[in-house]
Amino acid sequence: MEKLLDVENVSISFIQYTKGLNQRDLKVITDLTLDISEGEILAVLGSSGSGKSLLAHAIFGILPENANLNGKIKFKGKELSQKDKEEIRGKDIVLVPQSVNFLDPLMKISDQAIGHTESDSEKAEKKLKQREIFEHYNLGPEVDDMYPFQLSGGMARRVLVSTALLSDPKLVVADEPTPGLDEKTVEETLNHFKHMKEDGIGVLLITHDIHAALDVADRIGIFYSGYVIEIAETKDFSGDGENLLHPYTKALYKALPANGFELTKGHQPLHGEIPEGCPYYDRCEMAFDRCKKERPQLISLGNKKVRCFKYEEGEINEA
Amino acid sequence: MKLKAENISFKYPSAKDYILKDINLELDNKKIIGLIGDSGSGKSTLCKILSGHIQKYEGEVKFNDEKLPNKGFKPVQLIYQHPEKVMNPKWKMDKVLSESWDVDDATLSEFGIQKSWLTRFPQELSGGELQRFSVLRAVNPKTQFLIADEMTTMLDAITQVQILDSVIKIVKQRDMGFLLVSHDMDLVDTICDDKIYFKDINGI
Repeated sequence: MEKLLDVENVSISFIQYTKGLNQRDLKVITDLTLDISEGEILAVLGSSGSGKSLLAHAIFGILPENANLNGKIKFKGKELSQKDKEEIRGKDIVLVPQSVNFLDPLMKISDQAIGHTESDSEKAEKKLKQREIFEHYNLGPEVDDMYPFQLSGGMARRVLVSTALLSDPKLVVADEPTPGLDEKTVEETLNHFKHMKEDGIGVLLITHDIHAALDVADRIGIFYSGYVIEIAETKDFSGDGENLLHPYTKALYKALPANGFELTKGHQPLHGEIPEGCPYYDRCEMAFDRCKKERPQLISLGNKKVRCFKYEEGEINEA
Repeated sequence: MKLKAENISFKYPSAKDYILKDINLELDNKKIIGLIGDSGSGKSTLCKILSGHIQKYEGEVKFNDEKLPNKGFKPVQLIYQHPEKVMNPKWKMDKVLSESWDVDDATLSEFGIQKSWLTRFPQELSGGELQRFSVLRAVNPKTQFLIADEMTTMLDAITQVQILDSVIKIVKQRDMGFLLVSHDMDLVDTICDDKIYFKDINGI
């Protein structure tokens, strides 16, 4: 399987005005590292408001102007500049946005799915393809002439997914595709991603919904206070969670109602108050002395990655 | 304590069809009840009627055999899914909180609220932290019945346990009634003494 996307040590900060003309640099993402191969679904799981959507914005080069992006984003091994991102977005890499609010309310569905065309023949050709893909997703010809407000939640989702697939993308980035949908539509949406995977497309699923992630993803990146603290295989979320590595991931798994509903105290440090050591230090039950002062790096253990001193030098000690 | 809904029916003025039809429900403070239903089925509308936020409906809601008051403090309090929508974005958190009641330090720490959060604006806190404030606002000493409408849907599993743990402690301590509305069957099975399926009580 060819590697599609490599995100290496990406950090994103915002310049904010505090008082008068004083500025501060607020770090929202401190260290985000992940990779996706062809035909793989990788979920990035983080709580809402944690800034994980910024990752999608960084990949597409649509961060706001006061944002500062550091680190490398590579597509098929080649580092992407802002210009490259503008070149390939909407072609090789596409976004499935969160809701119909991302559609133009005054434009008919088929027109905005096709987008800008140079000539009538190109338009006719694209129209044919659009019809074919819409048909595949169970959207009849009547949908073409509808406006976004006329779509139901499930239909809107199908429009967004099929529009994304119009350009034969290699990689699909889906930003929070499940909230606000009923169970049936969620299942249907997740099935779309499974089909993409079967067609060899890589899918980056950005979500706060652990059930959705467990349902479709091959690997899950756990996002905590601006860091990726673990990239686990989905199958490790089973039993007592004994194969999960990071103490936070274990706690998260055991807090699910079906797995014991276990209480863990504390909260994720907010942007701007992240301690100098490990971001999980004050909640960790097995913290070492060095965890307070030193920040652990993300280390690879086979197919998995974890940011914790306990697993340094490849040793896996049972807790 | 008894919260009773008798033959509740509701439709929006512009709509043809009823969303709620002939709903009968009796709740007390002895059992924690879970109400389960799909999104868009009208659960939230029912919650708003039960807590007195929607006043034009057919049928009657009675709390301890009396009608819900239409002004002043409402004894049945509702907690929504999105805490940021119930707070004034231009108020700092201490004002947001004291709008409801003066919370003592012990309760603040029981709900895991840091003192430093009180001087922030709502947008400077995460969803989980805001929801703690929203819950605390709702558990005013005058509150007798609490309805949690998808209260923890937007939160991660750990924060969900923390918030529900605090809420249930205070519900038991003050002998309040508690209705948990959710689509998450595992959650309802874990927390509630009994469950009701929305589609079974809604006569449409």
